[in-house]
Amino acid sequence: MKASKLSILSLSVSLAMILSFVESQIPPLVAIPGVKMGLANIAVVFALYKMGWKYAAVISGVRVFLVGLLFGSAVSLLYSTAGAVVSFLCMVLLKKTGRFSYTAVSVAGGVMHNMGQIAMACILMSTNILKYYAPFLILSGTLAGIVIGLLSAVLVKRINVKV
Amino acid sequence: MERDRKKHWDLLLIGGCLLLSAILFTFSYLTSGEGAGVIVRVNGEEVERYSLYDNGTYELNGGTNTLVIENGAAWLSHADCPDSLCVKQGKIRSNGQVITCLPNKLTVTVYGSEESEVDLIS
Repeated sequence: MKASKLSILSLSVSLAMILSFVESQIPPLVAIPGVKMGLANIAVVFALYKMGWKYAAVISGVRVFLVGLLFGSAVSLLYSTAGAVVSFLCMVLLKKTGRFSYTAVSVAGGVMHNMGQIAMACILMSTNILKYYAPFLILSGTLAGIVIGLLSAVLVKRINVKV
Repeated sequence: MERDRKKHWDLLLIGGCLLLSAILFTFSYLTSGEGAGVIVRVNGEEVERYSLYDNGTYELNGGTNTLVIENGAAWLSHADCPDSLCVKQGKIRSNGQVITCLPNKLTVTVYGSEESEVDLIS
């Protein structure tokens, strides 16, 4: 791996971590578990378009692991891993079709992140709370995804990195 | 042309998500009725049931959360977790509504008067 690649990769990981931390300091807008902006996804979407899915996967994976270790618990690590994996796979597949813009890819990522988390919660607590929370989480994932998608699109166009 | 085509697929996906959540909201609104009581579950195991018609304050899960029932509504008044999101979730009174405390793996679910028997069997 070239030094330039490594440094851009590490920079993106730290950016994703800072965004996660900033977000954890903002009080939740709505009192529903799982509803959030997903600011760290800006770094992931950016990497997905600028550096390819392998880099984005490393950024997403390392970010989830380190943030869970630093600011979370074992349980919160499980939730975010489930969300991140499902969301990432979905974004990569949608991007591959070439039919969707940043916004739609990030909307799918946001919605699937929420669904992955709630599915993990159902497995861990062996309770069916999916039915009650699904509409809230799909709506909030869509709205957050639109915002994150628009922000990512600006960054992809403005920041010039070649990897 | 390329842009327009992308826009078309975008609208389909984003519109689809919004429509899906609207359908699910409508569905849960239509199927909700007056609640009869609440089921407290920890780790998915039912630990306690309380009627919504008996007012009272209960310590749940060895004191990690405090449940209040008053005039047909239930809410958590205290939690030992840092975000206390379950306390902010407010009052529940209709069949199917849930309060979740993820850190303590605790849920409080409202059951309806007709549903209670089915729930016991399952």
